[in-house]
Amino acid sequence: MAEQSPVSTNGRAGGDDASNGVLEQLSDDQLRWIYLIMRRIRRFEETAEEAFRAAKMRGALHFYIGEEATATGVCAALDEGDFITSTHRGHGHCIAKGARMDKMMAELFGRTTGYCGGKGGSMHIADIELGNLGANGIVGAGIPIATGAALGSKLRKDGKVTVAFFGDGAGPTGAFHEGVNVAATMNLPAVFVCENNQYGMATHADFANAAAIHNRGPAYGIPSASIDGNDLFEVYATAKTAIDRARRGEGPTLIEARTYRHKGHTVLDQKNYRTKEEIAEWVARDPIERFVRAVNESERLDEDDFQAIDGQIEREIEHAVAFAEASPWPTVDVIERDVYVE
Amino acid sequence: MAVSTSQASAPETATREIFMSEALREAIDEEMTRDPTVFVVGEEVGVWGGAYAVTQGMLEKWGPDRIVDTPIAEAAIAGLGIGAALTGSRPIAEFMYSDFMGIAMDQIVNQAAKNRYMFGGKAKLPLTYRAPFGAGTGNAAQHTQSLEAWFAHVPGLKVITASTPYDAKGLLKSAIREDNVVIMFEHKAIYAMRGHVPEGEYLVPIGVADVKREGDDVSVITYARQTHHALEAAEQLAAEGISVEVVDIRSLYPLDTDTILRSVRKTHRAVVLYEAVRFGGFGAEIASQIQELAFDDLDAPVLRVGAAHAPVPFSEPLEVASFPDTAQVVEAIRQSLQGVY
Repeated sequence: MAEQSPVSTNGRAGGDDASNGVLEQLSDDQLRWIYLIMRRIRRFEETAEEAFRAAKMRGALHFYIGEEATATGVCAALDEGDFITSTHRGHGHCIAKGARMDKMMAELFGRTTGYCGGKGGSMHIADIELGNLGANGIVGAGIPIATGAALGSKLRKDGKVTVAFFGDGAGPTGAFHEGVNVAATMNLPAVFVCENNQYGMATHADFANAAAIHNRGPAYGIPSASIDGNDLFEVYATAKTAIDRARRGEGPTLIEARTYRHKGHTVLDQKNYRTKEEIAEWVARDPIERFVRAVNESERLDEDDFQAIDGQIEREIEHAVAFAEASPWPTVDVIERDVYVE
Repeated sequence: MAVSTSQASAPETATREIFMSEALREAIDEEMTRDPTVFVVGEEVGVWGGAYAVTQGMLEKWGPDRIVDTPIAEAAIAGLGIGAALTGSRPIAEFMYSDFMGIAMDQIVNQAAKNRYMFGGKAKLPLTYRAPFGAGTGNAAQHTQSLEAWFAHVPGLKVITASTPYDAKGLLKSAIREDNVVIMFEHKAIYAMRGHVPEGEYLVPIGVADVKREGDDVSVITYARQTHHALEAAEQLAAEGISVEVVDIRSLYPLDTDTILRSVRKTHRAVVLYEAVRFGGFGAEIASQIQELAFDDLDAPVLRVGAAHAPVPFSEPLEVASFPDTAQVVEAIRQSLQGVY
């Protein structure tokens, strides 16, 4: 994919579910991994929603369901040591970067065994060891941090690439402009992935952004792409091109992936800003179903493969919930601990 | 390595006088030599040499991979520091003026300060922010504020400031070696102040106040440039037989309450002197700690001396009158001694 220009306009020329040769470049193990990750994200969130509605957890949950192909396709193209910054809608990024569901579930339950010992919750899951520099409760704020990680990599010459995930709601923020502009001026190994899921709460992306976000690439003098974020193969191919380019020292790329959240903004949603028809239209473009269809047509994996993965995930989920529920609550003596390195 | 908490204990044989800006430059240069992951990033830190010349000549010595110029983008500068620190570097990020930190407030307050805690103690941010602050330069309302209280209020940040070149060098070296986010406020009016700085390695620990002058009758608790007004006031009053102790806190957070209380328990009177707007300033925290912890030792109410409740005016007589000067400190000390307010 290295030779393909990341600058495309409106998706690939091929049919909706044709992979345009990308599927053929992925190994069976990669295909299994992609399915595993997308299904993990979905089942993790479905399970978390049940737990929330059963009053087993509190706070806010921002669901990624419907957007799985974006995080998964991008992270499939990253190397293990690469970095990401995530968002308040971050479960998908965490799982795609390799996070364990038991530690994530425990964090959502506010328990000591969670990723953050119960101090962060859904919006602040990070795993620096895995290269996940953190979900973020502030829209747009991960972008300058990603630029900083990319600067660090350039100065340390560690060969790593940083991906900043952000939503269409981050498009209007100053952090977006400062972060992307500086990355472009310094030619940093960063990839900016806008997950345009159409809405920031109830505000449509077209209202929030004066022009399409991918149009800003030329303004910063960097390549940009507008892609179908529900097409795993297009996401992977575009991300791979951008990541390879960044790793070669040729600078950042801006990718706008059009996708959709099947669920509301959080567990609580006004449900008054989009139509049932619109939701149904996007659910029909479900990224996991499209991936499975394409793989089935290619006859690369069979039903047994998918069932084996589904079975594995159900066991993981069952364990994650049991683990979270059985885990101890933090004791109040830790309130002022870990504010500083002692 | 020598760790010295007071200027007086520095080895006399090896002292020389240098500007505070040079002392800061030495601190950065030595730490860059010591640790290859240390780098400087900010506006005009390279070719220009820093708005207050702290990094002058460093681009030539270290090159653009260690002295990194940025566009005007304070949120990005703050974020560059965070991202680089999280991934294995030890950045020194400079804000040209602390007034500009408002643009970077989310990155500093919601990101840098909270990452470690939010992530369950698993993140480490060895990150130093440097920021010139304070008045006396005729740069009016948006270039002369003292906003240190904003940052001292936020858990996850350490806040330090120096009154002498010796402390400036030692504190900045400690900050750079910290695995925490430290904001060093550097008073603009004393960059060109000269002072004794020994050759060679020493550190000034963060969180340790320094008694800059010992006295028995009243304690002036202060920091940064105002330390010098306190020392001048002490000198003037000594002629009248009034003995003033001057405590330079050097570190707002963590605050060395022990040294402050020891002084107040000795003198029984406290004047808290700071250059920020008096209302809601950091001096209120010091005054509050004193009355909570040493109420029975006090012979007079704790007095605060701070700036006028106005944006910093431009015109010289207005600016000068907006901030505490030596005469005001002398007056405040007299009030404390007389118990007349």
